[in-house]
Amino acid sequence: MSTFTGHQSYPKRLLGFFAVLVAATAATAIVLLLLSLFGTFIYKGAPHISWEFLSQFPQNNNTEGGIWPALAGTTLLVLLMSILGVPIGTATAIYLTEYARQTSVFARSVRFAVNTLAGVPSIVFGLFGVGFFVQFLGKGIDTATGSSMFGDGSLLWASATLAVLTLPVVIVSVEEALKAVPRDLREGSLALGATRWQTIWKIVLPNSVTGILTGSILAVGRGAGEVAAILFVGVVYSTESLPGSVTEKFMHLGYHLYVLATQSPDVEKALPLQYATTLVLLGLTFLLNFTAIYIRSRLRKS
Amino acid sequence: MIEWTIRIVASFSIVVIFLIFIFVFKEAASLFYGKPATPTTQTSDVDATATDEPEGYNPSSDGPETYGQDTELTAVSIDAASSTPVQTDPDRPEIYNPDSGPDPGSVVVARVDEAVAPTPLSENIFAGVWQPVGESPKFGVGPLLIGTFKTTFIAILIGAPLGILAAMFSAFFAPRWLREIVKPAIELLAGFPSVVIGFFCLATVATFIQDTFDTQFRLNALVGGIGLSLAVIPIIFTIAEDALSAVPRTLREASLALGSTEWQTAYRVMLPAAAPGVFAAVLLGVGRAFGETMIAIMATGNAPFGSWSIFAPARTVAATIGSEMGEVVWGSEHYGVLFLLGASLFVVSFGLNAVTELYVKKRLMKKFQGA
Repeated sequence: MSTFTGHQSYPKRLLGFFAVLVAATAATAIVLLLLSLFGTFIYKGAPHISWEFLSQFPQNNNTEGGIWPALAGTTLLVLLMSILGVPIGTATAIYLTEYARQTSVFARSVRFAVNTLAGVPSIVFGLFGVGFFVQFLGKGIDTATGSSMFGDGSLLWASATLAVLTLPVVIVSVEEALKAVPRDLREGSLALGATRWQTIWKIVLPNSVTGILTGSILAVGRGAGEVAAILFVGVVYSTESLPGSVTEKFMHLGYHLYVLATQSPDVEKALPLQYATTLVLLGLTFLLNFTAIYIRSRLRKS
Repeated sequence: MIEWTIRIVASFSIVVIFLIFIFVFKEAASLFYGKPATPTTQTSDVDATATDEPEGYNPSSDGPETYGQDTELTAVSIDAASSTPVQTDPDRPEIYNPDSGPDPGSVVVARVDEAVAPTPLSENIFAGVWQPVGESPKFGVGPLLIGTFKTTFIAILIGAPLGILAAMFSAFFAPRWLREIVKPAIELLAGFPSVVIGFFCLATVATFIQDTFDTQFRLNALVGGIGLSLAVIPIIFTIAEDALSAVPRTLREASLALGSTEWQTAYRVMLPAAAPGVFAAVLLGVGRAFGETMIAIMATGNAPFGSWSIFAPARTVAATIGSEMGEVVWGSEHYGVLFLLGASLFVVSFGLNAVTELYVKKRLMKKFQGA
């Protein structure tokens, strides 16, 4: 800000001072908001977090006890989501960086589709999960095999919905990692007579494993906090036991918080639980996000 | 061979877009055929006959229909007014809860018995009352549109100036070390799950707003709008920051060389130069705000009032889907209407994205290449 303002008139200098001040205030306000968010949840949530809280089932109509099934359900959900979504996202990123000519119509439509997917409201993914996965695929499988396992919301369909929702996150960060692999490596490999696929499989992918990992972690961080998309595809208020298979219903931390905050029979009693649940959910998402940022910054330095 | 496999997998994103189109619209389309497209359960069959039969039975029931609407409107507001101001607990967002009515299945049967004529959908949708569960369900989307517009408008009104000004601070005014703090911090805000922001507004912001403005309703459009702005700020900030930093240095240097100061350069040269990018940032912010579900369910009061006051509860389109889809009868008219609302959300977000992708980016590129 070492600007030469000697020849400016006094009102103009005042105006300039205000112009900078306004911008600085806006930035400060946002950072303060962020701090107050963190502060509120740490201050009010931390005292209630204990091993019992993390490891017990909710009791007495969600007003006592812990969040274990919700924590486990969320973990299972995001694991299954990564298994379904990361390979597809990686393959798309490989196509976009390694194979596609950037001007081709197909490559451009894929890019447009990815950007569009990133902007679709998550509730629409929820409807898509009901209309496509549960009603069409699930009911279809049930009719074909005569079973009755798939035609209802379940861990499987919720993970599939979230995999579609987090696809853009995976694609964007894997693409970034692939682009960071130096051209020389690829050209060297091709010059030695390797095919394109051999080059990708043996040279490019091993060099971008951290990037793929970053993408998956970011996707998991996004998926863990997403509630609207899974509202109708298998999440439940409470369960007797942990889901034993992918076709069972499950509990979810974010949904648990929503239920506690809006449908609790005894609000005063459940309030500490709400703050503690929020803190656990925040801890989980930010642990994942920070890991991703750390890996990425190391990747950029090397 | 492998290349083709990868190509096919890469087309997955395109396929998904089409599938969303097809499957969300398919469920909504059942409204216009009269018969549901997916008569999967017994209840939906019952419902289909129920909606078909009385239609021809008593077509001219406009008089009692409007009468019914009026009483229900007042009933709703009295109920809400009596229950809301006295409540001190932070956790009753559902002032008017349509789901607490009788079981939808039994309602359908009751409707056949009493032969209450349902209004045809084309009129019903503009009726101005949203009351999907009852003897004659009303699917007037007016209040929902007002609610969505109100909350989105508040969110952008708060979020856009804050986000853009913060982006300008980070891009032009802040010293390097400060930028290294401000930028990741604001981007961190994007990592907050929306249900957490919703809960924050419900528990903390709502109390603050009520104490400050002494409002009648604890949860209202303003609280919801503030919540949505928290979700919108990081998006606007990130994209606007990118656009501002992408303005060629030569422009800045030329402006400084002509004797203008740093702030004059920032506000009068750089900001106009990056205008299409900043515009895109605001558009994407709008897209995020009106499609946001959890914040809208938890913090707005979630009552379809149809009032333009920012201190009245509001209910957005997305929140309506979120709170009613779980209890709806499969394949019923209500189910179709919810999917229709979802389809319209999809179309608007698709349109916003297409505008930013195709129009704004092209203009931005042209501008900088010409510069």
